[in-house]
Amino acid sequence: MVETIYTDLLCLGAGLAGERVAIEAAGAGFDVICLSIVHSKRSHSSAAQGGMQAALGNSVMGEGDSPDIHFQDTVKGSDWGCDQEVARIFVDTAPIVMRELAYWGVPWNRVVGGKGSYYKGGQKFEKVEDAAKEGLITSRNFGGTAKWRTCYTSDGTGHAVLYTMDNRATQMGVKVHDRIEAIAMIHDGETCQGVVARCLRTGKLRVYLAKATLVATGGYGRIYKNTTNAVICEGGGQSIALDTGLVPLGNMEAIQFHPTGIVPTDILVTEGCRGDGGTLLDKNEDRFMPQYEPEKAELASRDVVSRRMIEHIRKGFGVKNSYGDDNLWLDIRHLGEAHIRTKLREVDEICQNFLGIDPLHQLIPVRPTHHYSMGGVRTNKDGAAYGLKGLFAAGEAACWDLHGFNRLGGNSLAETVVAGKIIGGKVVEYLKGASATFNTAIVDGFIKKEQARISALIHGSGKENVFELRTMMQDALMAGVGIFRNEKDLEKAVRTIQEVQERAKNIGLKSNGLGANPELGLALKLPGMVRLAQCVAYGALQRRESRGCHAREDYPARNDRDWLTRTLATWDEGADLPTLNYEAATPTFELPPGERGYGGGKIISADESEA
Amino acid sequence: MDRMLTIHVFRYNPQDPDSTPHMQSYYIDETESMTLFIVLNRIREEQDPSLQFDFCCRAGICGQCAMVINGRPNLACKTKTKDLPSQITLLPLPFFKLIGDLSVDTGTWFREMNTRVESWIHTQKEFDPAAEEERMDNDTAEKIYELDRCVECGCCLAACGTARMREDFLGAAALNRIARFVLDPRDQRQEKDFFEIIGNDQGIFGCMGLLGCEDVCPKNLPLQDQLGYLRRKMGIYALKNLRSTKKTC
Ligand SMILES: Cc1cc2nc3c(=O)[nH]c(=O)nc-3n(C[C@H](O)[C@H](O)[C@H](O)COP(=O)(O)OP(=O)(O)OC[C@H]3O[C@@H](n4cnc5c(N)ncnc54)[C@H](O)[C@@H]3O)c2cc1C
Ligand code: SF4
Ligand code: SF4
Ligand code: FES
Repeated sequence: MVETIYTDLLCLGAGLAGERVAIEAAGAGFDVICLSIVHSKRSHSSAAQGGMQAALGNSVMGEGDSPDIHFQDTVKGSDWGCDQEVARIFVDTAPIVMRELAYWGVPWNRVVGGKGSYYKGGQKFEKVEDAAKEGLITSRNFGGTAKWRTCYTSDGTGHAVLYTMDNRATQMGVKVHDRIEAIAMIHDGETCQGVVARCLRTGKLRVYLAKATLVATGGYGRIYKNTTNAVICEGGGQSIALDTGLVPLGNMEAIQFHPTGIVPTDILVTEGCRGDGGTLLDKNEDRFMPQYEPEKAELASRDVVSRRMIEHIRKGFGVKNSYGDDNLWLDIRHLGEAHIRTKLREVDEICQNFLGIDPLHQLIPVRPTHHYSMGGVRTNKDGAAYGLKGLFAAGEAACWDLHGFNRLGGNSLAETVVAGKIIGGKVVEYLKGASATFNTAIVDGFIKKEQARISALIHGSGKENVFELRTMMQDALMAGVGIFRNEKDLEKAVRTIQEVQERAKNIGLKSNGLGANPELGLALKLPGMVRLAQCVAYGALQRRESRGCHAREDYPARNDRDWLTRTLATWDEGADLPTLNYEAATPTFELPPGERGYGGGKIISADESEA
Repeated sequence: MDRMLTIHVFRYNPQDPDSTPHMQSYYIDETESMTLFIVLNRIREEQDPSLQFDFCCRAGICGQCAMVINGRPNLACKTKTKDLPSQITLLPLPFFKLIGDLSVDTGTWFREMNTRVESWIHTQKEFDPAAEEERMDNDTAEKIYELDRCVECGCCLAACGTARMREDFLGAAALNRIARFVLDPRDQRQEKDFFEIIGNDQGIFGCMGLLGCEDVCPKNLPLQDQLGYLRRKMGIYALKNLRSTKKTC
């Protein structure tokens, strides 16, 4: 017998997005369960360091800030790929959400009135904070922004906010079932009804049936070999949504590479390092960013800084390291002891623990590395997924589409909570009108299918090694779908991933698969990960332009005439490639397409006729 | 870098009727910048795919990977092999329920702890979305964050003598959590409210003050100071309270 659990709202994920939606529904009196692979407080939101953007304008360097300026930064950052209606809702709501978090208990850093100093591009400047603002939420500088707008708690913002959120969820009676992994979505072709899940304590299957289901499973960085993401970021929610054949994933080719992952582990050191005045140096310890980006230098958007770093390395300015590739240096030495040991203490700890260096005296070896997925389960502005009723998505797992082809630092953590509040409200409206009728035959069908997969893996005659296949997929993406892309390499990646997909049909376990067996866990997930990888590679191959993070060497211009669109990928059962459709990037233009003001690059305007 | 490491690992899968608790040894060549995260994953991928252990952030941030490493509880992901002898013994954290091999259930315990200490701001005030945020001194915010840095890894409980003797002991993590809310001006709870939660042997009076907890805390939380502070504060409260009850009878 498979245990069946009923609830009003089932959140797949207990990170910031999942819990924020859950709190809204619990507050309206609904029964809510969040599933999570790990203890909720360990969700990957906890690893976010730098902060979250909201136009509060309290600090002197943020003076005059407004949601309008935040809007412009966000749209430019997205290279006009975002949904402008969504961006507008987001920037208007973000300040309220930061204050609500303060009310719930987040220990935000606050304005200290009077004289102080700050660094920019390695140089020291004076600033005077307004005494009348003393004690309000302060902000730091981040890339691609016109004002200092990023609210923070030291460099443990994600940790501090997630702890507060999880505490609030507990207070509101939200139930978290941790070590439970969703492995299939239950639906009748029209409405989502819940999931089949595997218990990571016992290995047993369970069914969760719900009036509404939310995908809030975070990013899927682990389809790449080198990523800042936690090992649990494997895209479980996105892939089971894709498997329905009905729910499209948006802009999967939009993958962000962060300029400062440390070498060789790809652990992130926050953009706050550069925001607070850190610089990037090359093998001669020369600062090189101003020569590429005179205006923004190290604080251009991430896609631009990452590309410039690779360009500079290709010109021979990289530092050869003992891991067989090149890195550059991040220099925060001049920020001084007090600053590093308080405002950048997580970075300090990471340097000491994983590099064995003291960032006060030594340079930090960094390279651009996979960091964030702008794509995900495509939703409308209410967070309702396309394709199935009763299915919602929020946070990094979703393509709400605030970020288009490049997300600004500090906008993602803010998105989880802002979207969570707004979509939470919409879920409540939906729940008020929803009734639950579950068809047992359909539910049984989904259970049997998963039982059959497990049985085939344990007792079948498959010979393929699941770890080797995973590596093959990860390497294919690294080689073909990285920072710079071109047709030849993309085609190769697509073919390799097709081969992995084929071979993944013959996975055989080397161990007995009993209990919470990790080999079985990966074997159940891998085919879904491979399909996500293919959506990324194939979507990138088809998009014949360069926009934000998607830099095609063979199509270097941003093409607003043909590609001011969002890719929608669905997957038909048995297919070896996704089906791609396209929709307009935004229903309305509050800010018409134009120059970003950094990054250079040619634009083919919407008015240009075909050459 | 040409050491051969011997990793002795506790093995037991409660879900497998044929499994019995035992130690198993694996051999692995050491590489540059090697951590136990790399060691254990290589063992799983190259030698024994059934091996159970927990990692999440692999950056010393999330608290998922605590285990007993050569006798001492610590986060495995940030433990470098070069700081260890070539014989490495790994055991699951005691005190928490075993899931299998090196994996233990810290989540359930911490969730219950959070409920027991009501780990949230208690206030009568309503949130007003139109109003400016309530002001706070930056120093106060930094002091709160200092204690908020606990990652619920469980090392302090694994090292605690009291926890070994009584399983209902709240431990340093919970007491530190209370200290965090005592500090927070937004929390309107009074001494008596905190006393109700920790003014007993499951709480601060059960603590023997030997500070195994502070020694092992991977986040270097100032547990000694907090435990001392709460012991004094709750002790004084108990005294006062005792006197006032006497007066009334
Ligand atoms: C190192 C790092 C630093 C960052 N720093 C910043 C920053 O400073 N500012 C910023 O704006 N953004 C930052 N980001 C991005 C931001 O932190 C994330 O995008 C955001 O926290 C994601 O939150 P989430 O709630 O969507 O998902 P997560 O917090 O990742 O939560 C996902 C949840 O889903 C659960 N889950 C996953 N799969 C399943 C499944 N199959 N079944 C059941 N449950 C499942 C997980 O257990 C978890 O509870 C950073 C990202 C990284 C990697
Ligand atoms: S000081 Fe108290 S909490 Fe810490 S280890 Fe000793 S008994 Fe446990
Ligand atoms: S107090 Fe320290 S040792 Fe204890 S759970 Fe928190 S971080 Fe871990
Ligand atoms: S895996 Fe997160 S602390 Fe070790």
